[in-house]
Order: sequence, then C-alpha cells, then structure tokens
Amino acid sequence: MTDFFNIDELLTEENRLIRQTVAEFTNNEIKPIIEEYAQKAEFPAYLVRRFGELGLLGTTLPEAYGGGGADSISYGLVCQEIERGDSGMRSTISVQSSLVMGPIYRYGSEEQKKKYLPRLASGELLGCFGLTEPDYGSNPAGMKSRFTDVGDHFILNGSKTWISNAPLADVAVVWARNPEGRVQGLILERGMEGFTTPEIKNKWSLRTSATGELVFDHVKVPRQNILPKGLGISAPLSCLDNARYGIAWGAIGAAIDCYETAVKYAGERIQFDKPIGAFQLTQKKLAEMLTEITKAQLVAWRLGTLKNSGKATTAQISLAKRNNVAMALQVARECRQILGGMGITGEYPIMRHLMNLESVITYEGTHDIHLLILGAEITGIPAFK
Amino acid sequence: MKILVCITNVPDTTAKISFTDNNTKFNKAGVQYIIGPYDDYALARAVELKEAQGGTITVLHVGEADSDPQIRKALAIGADDAIRVNTEPADSYYVATQIAHIAQQNSYDLILMGRESIDFNSGVVHGLVGEMLGIPSFSPVMKLDIKDGKAEFAREIDGGKEYLEATLPLVLGCQEPIAEWKIPNMRGIMTARTKPLQVVEPVSVDDMTSLESYSLPAPKGECKMIPVEEAEKLITLLRTEAKVL
Repeated sequence: MTDFFNIDELLTEENRLIRQTVAEFTNNEIKPIIEEYAQKAEFPAYLVRRFGELGLLGTTLPEAYGGGGADSISYGLVCQEIERGDSGMRSTISVQSSLVMGPIYRYGSEEQKKKYLPRLASGELLGCFGLTEPDYGSNPAGMKSRFTDVGDHFILNGSKTWISNAPLADVAVVWARNPEGRVQGLILERGMEGFTTPEIKNKWSLRTSATGELVFDHVKVPRQNILPKGLGISAPLSCLDNARYGIAWGAIGAAIDCYETAVKYAGERIQFDKPIGAFQLTQKKLAEMLTEITKAQLVAWRLGTLKNSGKATTAQISLAKRNNVAMALQVARECRQILGGMGITGEYPIMRHLMNLESVITYEGTHDIHLLILGAEITGIPAFK
Repeated sequence: MKILVCITNVPDTTAKISFTDNNTKFNKAGVQYIIGPYDDYALARAVELKEAQGGTITVLHVGEADSDPQIRKALAIGADDAIRVNTEPADSYYVATQIAHIAQQNSYDLILMGRESIDFNSGVVHGLVGEMLGIPSFSPVMKLDIKDGKAEFAREIDGGKEYLEATLPLVLGCQEPIAEWKIPNMRGIMTARTKPLQVVEPVSVDDMTSLESYSLPAPKGECKMIPVEEAEKLITLLRTEAKVL
C-alpha cells in the first residue's frame, strides 16, 4: 500500500484495522468481479448486503441506529479502500451513508430514524438522494420541485436527475420547496403512486453504479414522511459536505490503484532491452504521481482530524475534494500513458478509474464550483450568486 | 464450551524478506504483519462453533507488544478476551511450553491453532502442547464438529482424508476448509477495544536451540524447456547446472 510518508503511523489502531479489513474486502470481493460488471454496465446489487454486513453503511452513525460508531477518519479510509476497487462502489456507500442515512439521522424524527436507519445500515434497503434538477445543478437553491399541503398528506411535483442508486433505490431522500417556499426534505418509498425512477443509460463513466431520474407526478406523501428538522438549502448542502469529505479520501484510492498498477507495469514492460521504468520520462511521471498522492493523503488526514473535532469547514472540504479528485484524474491519465495501448483495455483498471473520475470531478460540486467556494472564502465575495 | 485459539503474528505473504546483523536477525522494517493464515481458519471455526453452540473464545499469543493489532483483529472477528505472553518466542518448544502453562490454569475444552506458522513453519506446536497437557492432538484438521461433548473431525492424510472422533479436551492444528474465512465487521472492530487483553510474563524455559544464521533461497533460475527426446540433456543439466542430482 502506497504510504510514502508513513501516514499509517498517524492513525489509531482501530483506523488501521478498518483500513486493512476494507482493503482485504476490496481485494477479495470487489476487484475480482468489478471489471466484468463495468463492461456490462451493471450494478452488483448483491454487494449492498455485504457492505451492510461489514458495517460500511453509516460508519460514523451511532450503533443504536445500526451505525458503526466510528470516527470520520475511519469513514474516509472506508471510502479510500473501496474506491481502490471502483468509484461506483464508493459512490453507493457515500450516497447511502452521507446522503440518505445522514439527513435522516440529522433532520429526521425519532420514528423515522428507527424505521429507516437500521435497515439502511444492514443493506436491506438501498437509498438515494434527490437534490439536482434538470435546470438546477450547480445552483440547487433555484429548485422547482415543490410539495403542497392537502390536509392529511402532501402532494409532491417535480423531478430530479443524475441521481446515483435511483433506479434500484427502495428509499429516496428528496429535497423540495415546502408550502412556504423553503427547501425541506421528504422520505419517499418505491411504489408510491406517481413516483418513478427512469434509468439514465449509455454512460461511459461509473458504469457499475445505477444512475437515474426521480419523477414526481402528484405523489401522495404521508405527513410522517417529511423530515421535520433542517429547513432551507443549507440542510442538503451540509449533507453534501460529508459526502465530499468521503470523496476527498476515495479519490486517493483510485489514484493509488492506478499508480501501483503503473509501477508494476513499468518494471515488467521491456522496450529497447530494458524495463520502461528505467527511462527518465517514466521515472518523472512516477515520481510526480507519488508526490501528488502523498500530498493528497496528508490533506485528507488533516481534514479528517479537523472533522473528528467538529472543526472542518465547507471551504476546507471543497479544497480537499477539488485537489484530490483532480490529482487522481491526472494520475490516472499519466498511468494510462505508461501502460500504452494496454492502458485502454479491461485487463488493467486504469481506463475504468479514468472514466469514473471524469464523473467524480463533476458530481458533488463541480471542480469549478469548488474553486469558486474557495474564491468566496478568500475574498468574501461569492462569484456564483 | 471454552475454546482457546492460539494465533501467530507473521509477515504478510507478500512481504519482502531480508536479514540484518550479519544475517542473524529478520529485518522487520516496512514489513506488514498478519495473523497466520492457518490460525485465521482455526479462529473462524471457533467463532462458528460459538455462534452455533455458545461458549467463550480466548485468543492466546506468545509475542511482544507489536503483535497487539493482530490480537485486536482476532477480538474483532469474535473472540471474547485475549492473553498475550509477553516475550520474544525462541522456538516451538518454548512457545508450546507457554501455551501449555496458560492452558493448565484455565482448563479449555478445545485448543485450536493453525497447522503451522507461515514464518518458521515447524508445524509441531500442537503436538508438543498435547503432550505437555497429556491430552490428544491432531493435525492437519480440515473439518470439525462438536456433538455431545465429542469432536468429530477430518484430517488430511497422504492420498485422502481420515475421519476421527475423540472426546474433549483436544488440541487441533487446523487448515482450510475447516471454516469460512472471516474478516471483522465495523461493529466487531469498535467493540474489540473494550474486550480484555491480559498481558502475562513467560514461564522460564531452558534454551534448547540457538540460531546460527538465516539465508535466503537461491534466486529462481531461468526456465529451460527440454524436449522429451533430449531427456539425457535434462539429466546432465540437473547434475551440472542445478546440482540437484
């Protein structure tokens, strides 16, 4: 495992055991099957239960609700080690943990927590998170979906798009305008009349993760399905902070998998009677990749310690997500070059990671939006409002 | 049922092996350690038996504090408590003496361990422990059930399997496929930190062996393909190049 600055020494014994355990799981149960699922553009749905058995869903939530009771660095390490296998698998865990269980835990009633969280933690239920709309991606505050109060229930209308897990989800945490015009969360269940989840097909990225739309056509939502706490756009955005934090760690996993593949290949591939790793241009690529991976690991670790003490800010998370995903994408591209033609085949994981990361750099706040969040932090003047 | 599972702390199977101090010490720098894979199977079967029939599992390790992560992992997988005999193990007799000493104080029904460690691979500790305790021992055991206080098990023998039955207590050296290999889950990891790990000092044992030096096996040579009709050439090469005949 690439750890040039011995960051493992900065972890607790539990952190290390969690990292090793998830690494074993990825090596034994994700890596051997994932290429085939990616080629078929199929979601290995059976793995959701395995994630649940291992406690990878809701890692940081209290054990009383089925969570793992672990710290934020443990959650980061779960994301890193799962994404060493595939970004689509990490996306499934991120969405379930940070964007479905997270808001139900933070904004839900006690009844909602008891009803949904243990079943989401075990993987019995799969969840999705509906915020982005066709015309409101980087600007979610402009959303049009809304629900009206008709007495004993609410009526929800609107649509969401680019929703991970949507086509298979049993439960959707959806954000829409309430009768007063403020953004509020609702819990939808598959089978509610007027609620459909068409799949977005023919993706060249995140092919192991099912992505779709959520369409609400006069959906009758029981009153007990509204999230009573967390009014306003800041509620879903704070859930995104947690997911982005996990992505900052996850991207390192994808980068490490590419880098380690390229190091091995560079030692074995002979050209001009010597391994290509003997050439200075290859060494330059590898040395720069190791440098960038190490910097990203240090950023993630420090952000984790801040998060553990409740001090991590949105802008710090933006910096880490933006830097680490861009780093991983650059590493994947350089590794693809080192592997030459072999780099584009399914024999190696490089091209799959590379294509996945093209989504990761866009979802959960695009690369540019994170830059503008930092710009606003520096100058005090938001450029996107 | 009280089960004792003895685990080793060994270099990961992919670790690069090197030596220091004029080839008299194993170089631990940068080496990842794991629970011995055969011990892992013994522990997994113990957890399965406990889940099915109840009882307790104690993990025992003879080694220094740098083994504690592996002991915590065993607790995370499902052991109830752990004992570490705080010493650098010298040889199989030394380790067996420490295990037998602990076992004598606690009267376990079943003492499980791997068929062998994967560093020194002596494969004799289970037999020595059985002798020291005056109870039967068997290895390598690949299937194990406990019924009415009796163990029914299968042992691998040359060219087949031997099916045996024995009354408890017993010492068994285990190997796959005795159980489904297990990795800990998050809840197990989080509860492992509160499970007791008792550190005890070793009993004294006379030195029966001493280490002269380590050496690595010769590097793998180039593969040569010899056609069947040139079998004589193969014999010559085995004599002159490989020097194995």
